[in-house]
Amino acid sequence: MNYVALKMLFGDRAKYLMLLCGLTFAVMLIVQQGAIFWGLMMWSQASISNLNVPIWITDPGIAQVDEVKPLADTAVDRVRSVDGVEWAVPLYKGLLRARLANGEYHQITLTGLESATLIGRPAEVLEGRFEDILQPDAVVMDQWAVERMGGPTVVTVGTIFELNDKLARVVAIAKTQKSFTNIPVVYTTYDRAVRYAPRERRTLSYVLAKSKDGAPVADVIQRIRTQTGLGAFTEEDFGWKTILWVLKNTGIGINFGTTILLGFIVGMAIAGQTFYLFTVENLRQFGALKAMGASTFTLARMILLQAFTVGLTGYGVGIGLATVFGYLTASGGGLPFAETWQLLLLVLVALLVICTFSALISIIKLARLEPAIVFR
Amino acid sequence: MNDDTQPAAVRARGIVKSFGAGDTQVTVLKGIDLDIYLGELLLLVGESGGGKTTLLSAIAGILDIDDGDIGVLGVPLSALPPGKRTRFRGQTMGFIYQQFNLLPALTAAENVAVPLLIQKIRRPEALRRARAMLDRVGLGDRVDFLPKNLSGGQQQRVAIARALVNEPRLLICDEPTAALDGPNGQKIMELLREVGRSPDRCVIVVTHDSRIFHFGDRMANLTDGRITNIERIQQEGTV
Repeated sequence: MNYVALKMLFGDRAKYLMLLCGLTFAVMLIVQQGAIFWGLMMWSQASISNLNVPIWITDPGIAQVDEVKPLADTAVDRVRSVDGVEWAVPLYKGLLRARLANGEYHQITLTGLESATLIGRPAEVLEGRFEDILQPDAVVMDQWAVERMGGPTVVTVGTIFELNDKLARVVAIAKTQKSFTNIPVVYTTYDRAVRYAPRERRTLSYVLAKSKDGAPVADVIQRIRTQTGLGAFTEEDFGWKTILWVLKNTGIGINFGTTILLGFIVGMAIAGQTFYLFTVENLRQFGALKAMGASTFTLARMILLQAFTVGLTGYGVGIGLATVFGYLTASGGGLPFAETWQLLLLVLVALLVICTFSALISIIKLARLEPAIVFR
Repeated sequence: MNDDTQPAAVRARGIVKSFGAGDTQVTVLKGIDLDIYLGELLLLVGESGGGKTTLLSAIAGILDIDDGDIGVLGVPLSALPPGKRTRFRGQTMGFIYQQFNLLPALTAAENVAVPLLIQKIRRPEALRRARAMLDRVGLGDRVDFLPKNLSGGQQQRVAIARALVNEPRLLICDEPTAALDGPNGQKIMELLREVGRSPDRCVIVVTHDSRIFHFGDRMANLTDGRITNIERIQQEGTV
């Protein structure tokens, strides 16, 4: 009877296309909005992921990565002394204003890396050599800094500008993930970053560390917390802490959640209503099948097959369209768009809920259908 | 031709069926007794609203009755649980409807194959048997036509082929000629009479169409929920 069910579905072309459009629209909306939302969440913790280090040591009261609470300079040595720590290096992170040669001011995030190891450096360099950061007054900018400050005609390798009235010279352009605030990132060595920054009693923003091979990261983190009294997190946990802070303290979650929910409801309404109409209009035919000996279970299986066939087709088309949208608008990282397998799985589950709901309405109708209808 | 001395294929006793409740309750069947025999075509006639279709539905086991017993081919239909009744119906009964009730998206052959597919017969075999049946009803050259591309008479012949394809012993027809013109109605009834004359089958036809009365072996008149008389019909068509 599967064959009969599919022929019935595809035979009513107008309703099939309406169902397909409704489900495709719902999937596309949910995937597109979900991908943008998750892209934004990825951006919100870009300051963490761009540095790519396994353990972050922070002030114990830290809320998120961009809310720096400086540590005492001794924190680095205290962390190094914890059993199971392979290395620990200082990190400076602060907001400064850059003054370009054309007189324009731009707020930047200054990131100071330990000069001996350059741990936390970006993985990819687009222009110049990152190692040249060790030269006098040298800084490295990310590609978003170049974009925000006026493009490659204004900022390029060799460009000189001022940071807090001190000279800075661009020696390389690095590729990074864009941040939520899209404030340009300027890298330099830790010591030079401290010199650029306004004088403060404490200048150490974070300590970056790694556990020794074979030492469980969770144990090492717990020891750091216990022995130093500082906060310590894996890169992933610190990223989640930041994401949760953004969700809690901005309306972004509600905004995107509402749109995604609307997509879900609209998809369910269109699919449910069209499918119900499809069943009602074929009620005599279903009654005839029942009279000919088809059980309610058989009819329910036919309805479910129809619902899941059109649903999975809509899923494929919807994801395809959302992906094309992402490719056209977000390629190069200019817009947040993170179409992860987890998101696609979630949307699949949502779609199956929509299809099951739509099919159930029809199945209930058919279960109550007296086959005697065919004689009326 | 039937023989009243043989056991009845359909045996209905004291059938009562009401619809609604309280003041609005209407009793449609008021104690029907009826026997239908193998090898006969029984016409069920009577005024509109007299209960013909309700009785037909009850005999087919697609409508629960309030009181009485119905036995079909020796099986107490009214005592069977719904699942078994549905299976029994699929294996022993064929249906022909006034409005044909063909699935519009399926070709003639696919429509005819549906009862076999319900019985879980594989599609190639079901289609082979469906094409053979369509050939028997004179539609061998229309097997791949959709219902919308067939005339009313052709659609009803497809419906007859569908009703006969699983070789049912009881054929139940509700106004099979109502949507057809005179000549097409006569052709359809000739087909049904041929089926009814088969010694291991019987046909029940509900009709208002007096032009086809001569095709029946017996005619039962149902008025106001009761069978008022059952008459044998002469071969020449005179009652």
